[in-house]
Amino acid sequence: MLNTSSTKAYRTYILVWLALLVLTVVTWLVSYVHLGMLNVTVAMLIASMKALLVALFFMHLRYENRLLWAFAIIPLGFLTLIIGGTLADVLLRD
Amino acid sequence: MPDDIAPSPPADRGYLTEKGFLSWACTLDHKRIGLLYLGTTLLFFLVGGVFALLLRMKLMYPGEELFSNKAYNVFFTLHGIMMIFLFIIPAIPSALGNFLIPLMIGARDVAFPRLNIFSYWIFLAGIIVILASLASPLDTGWTFYTPYSATTGAAVTVLSFGIFLVGMSSILTGLNFIVTIHRLRAPGLTWFRLPLFIWSMYATSIIQVLATPVVGITFLLLAAERIFGVGFFDPAKGGDPLLFQHFFWFYSHPVVYVMILPAMGIVSEILPVFARKPIFGYKGIAYSSLAIAFIGFLVWGHHMFVSGMSDVAGIIFSFLTFFVAVPTGVKVFNWIATLYRGSISLDAPMLYSLTFIFLFIIGGLTGPFLGALATNVHLHDTYFVVAHFHYTMMGGTVIGLFAGLHYWFPKMFGRMYSERRALTAWLLIFFGFNITFFSMFILGVQGMPRRWAEYPERFQPLHIASTAGSWFLALGTVLMFWNLFRSLFRGGPAQPDPWGSKTLEWRTGSPPPTHNFAEIPTVTEWPYGFGKKEKERE
Repeated sequence: MLNTSSTKAYRTYILVWLALLVLTVVTWLVSYVHLGMLNVTVAMLIASMKALLVALFFMHLRYENRLLWAFAIIPLGFLTLIIGGTLADVLLRD
Repeated sequence: MPDDIAPSPPADRGYLTEKGFLSWACTLDHKRIGLLYLGTTLLFFLVGGVFALLLRMKLMYPGEELFSNKAYNVFFTLHGIMMIFLFIIPAIPSALGNFLIPLMIGARDVAFPRLNIFSYWIFLAGIIVILASLASPLDTGWTFYTPYSATTGAAVTVLSFGIFLVGMSSILTGLNFIVTIHRLRAPGLTWFRLPLFIWSMYATSIIQVLATPVVGITFLLLAAERIFGVGFFDPAKGGDPLLFQHFFWFYSHPVVYVMILPAMGIVSEILPVFARKPIFGYKGIAYSSLAIAFIGFLVWGHHMFVSGMSDVAGIIFSFLTFFVAVPTGVKVFNWIATLYRGSISLDAPMLYSLTFIFLFIIGGLTGPFLGALATNVHLHDTYFVVAHFHYTMMGGTVIGLFAGLHYWFPKMFGRMYSERRALTAWLLIFFGFNITFFSMFILGVQGMPRRWAEYPERFQPLHIASTAGSWFLALGTVLMFWNLFRSLFRGGPAQPDPWGSKTLEWRTGSPPPTHNFAEIPTVTEWPYGFGKKEKERE
């Protein structure tokens, strides 16, 4: 027999899964709307939201302490770094 | 210590008791895994060293006398790949780190012992793939710059898969260490009571976990370009060859700190013990390890000043590069302050540690010449770079490793080595090293380009000096390894704490028992309380 807390957990997982499916469909539909450069931005935004959902619920980050949050967030800073440093070259070439 | 003590084995062989292939291949013991790494990496150090000697032999004459220029290109590539990926990156972290971290923090093993042996097996798999790729002569250099690496017929794709595996092993080891240091410290062992080697290994592990995935992805992109013709780096298809260099150096610059930080940790352990003084500026040394790890991520562009990078990016990267010198300087000054008015004894570990400081200062201070935009234009791709790199990596990391090997050898194997032979080897290594590589500084300033098999005759005298130095260096290294190897079987028994150290690994047997401590120790003070207190007790 399932106890109440694990039933609740299952419900959360299924809801998150459905949300991911909906977001996937939205990505697909948006690609038919012509927004120019904004198409990429929108696709990236939706993808980031999906990644966030996975990290928060499937990877349990929501229930973890501050140390694990730090370990999850700090690498994003390094990602910004590699993109920023490379763009400092590519965007500013003569 | 007398040279030849009767070869009666020490009574208790500790974790070394069990024998046979499986007891090593399937072991979960961090100490045995450390020794597996040590044996594997040192093997590639010797093979890479043979290639180095061959290169130096050829460079005595400016022509194709010993072997062809094509073979020269292949040999320097092999020297680089083996020394970087199979020796110097894993040597101290995976070998000494594995052996020492749990012992030093009073734990019975690392946090994930199975992941630990798994990462060793991935490492071996990576080595096999890399060796297989060598069936086709690789001549890309260890940096694999595109477009050449994307178009050459050599097995770059196979090789990059091998390096991907080796990198995976490096990530898993780093992850294991981070969790171990966070979770498994003995009671009372607060962050600021940690040995400085642990601080440096913590910083190293963070770099391994954050930077290595980038080189893995870079090699996947390169493979995609080679196999499927995706134009990541090919301008004709909308790619950018400099993108490869950005990605490659985003890993490969921080990784030089994966090489040097653990060596700095070793030196920070040895100096206070052999100067019988508390380490000076403990927090400064600890924080500077983290600072080096962080700033190391901001400076990768300084490898690309003459690659056609934008001037603004060049200025930014050059400016940031100078910041690395600050935490490095903090360490060097603290080490020297530790020695000041100490009661110094010059045993082998101390000699190597002092050599580390001496050579690393030269290697480190020649860095700003290369990091400054104006001088870089002149020195880029000359022997000055080769000399700078070898002064930091060989004079720094390898000498640091030698210091560590001599310091912890009694702990690892429960036997002592011949101090006299160790001194002779040190003397040969010290003079051999400086003759070999100081000549290269002068050659570089005079304009000798790196990676060239041919050169104008006016460079020959210094090339001959450098080659002669390499023979002394090789002789010393062989003698050092012979001394240690011989002592595995014939060395006299070592005490649990032969140097009078205070870190936890010395509070258990030599060699340590399988589960490290009969009882997990409780820590009440930092490990560098030498001096006043000690005298009072005496």
